[in-house]
Amino acid sequence: MTKSDLIAGLAARFPQLVAKDADFAVKVILDAMTAALADGQRIEIRGFGSFALNYRPSRVGRNPKSGEKVSVPEKHVPHFKAGKELRERVDVSPVRG
Amino acid sequence: MTLTKAELADLLFEKVGLNKREAKDMVESFFEEIRGALETGDSVKLSGFGNFQLRDKPQRPGRNPKTGEEIPITARRVVTFHASQKLKVAVESVKHGNLKP
Repeated sequence: MTKSDLIAGLAARFPQLVAKDADFAVKVILDAMTAALADGQRIEIRGFGSFALNYRPSRVGRNPKSGEKVSVPEKHVPHFKAGKELRERVDVSPVRG
Repeated sequence: MTLTKAELADLLFEKVGLNKREAKDMVESFFEEIRGALETGDSVKLSGFGNFQLRDKPQRPGRNPKTGEEIPITARRVVTFHASQKLKVAVESVKHGNLKP
C-alpha cells in the first residue's frame, strides 16, 4: 500500500468529504508526526504503536572506499514499537503467496 | 509531551476544517487503513515518512527468565518500521539529553 492507496482508502470511507480533504489530512498527520519526532517528542497511538528516538553515540567509522577513518557524530534515529492490537492482527500463521 | 490521536484530531479540525467527529474518525481510519493492509500481508510505504514491513520469524529457543525453564518462542509475523531518509535527517540532530518524556 502506498500513500496514494491510503488517501484513496480514506476518501472512500468519507464520501461526504471532497477527495482533496483526505489528501490534505494524510499530509497534516504525517507532517505532525515528523515534527513531533524532530522536536524530541514521542508519538503514542493506542492500538497501533509508538514512535520514539534512540540515541546513537558518536563513533569512528571508515570510508569504505579509501579506508580512511572518519568520525561519525552522535545522532538520534527513529524507532517504532508495534502496539498490542497491531501485533496480534498481523501475527496470523504466515500465509505466503 | 507526547503526540497522540487527540492532538492529531485537533490538527485536522484546525488545518483541514473537518468537524470534531470527522477529525477523530479520520485519525482512527488513518491508522486502521495501515493496520488493515499489514494484516493482509501487504507492506505500507509512506513516501517521505517511512515503510512498514512484515517479517516472518522462525521459531527459536527461549527461556522463562524467572524459572530458567526452556520454552520455544513460536514462529511469528512481526511489523518493522524503516524511517525514510527525510525522517532520519529530521531527527538526527535532536540534542542528546533533550528528549521529551
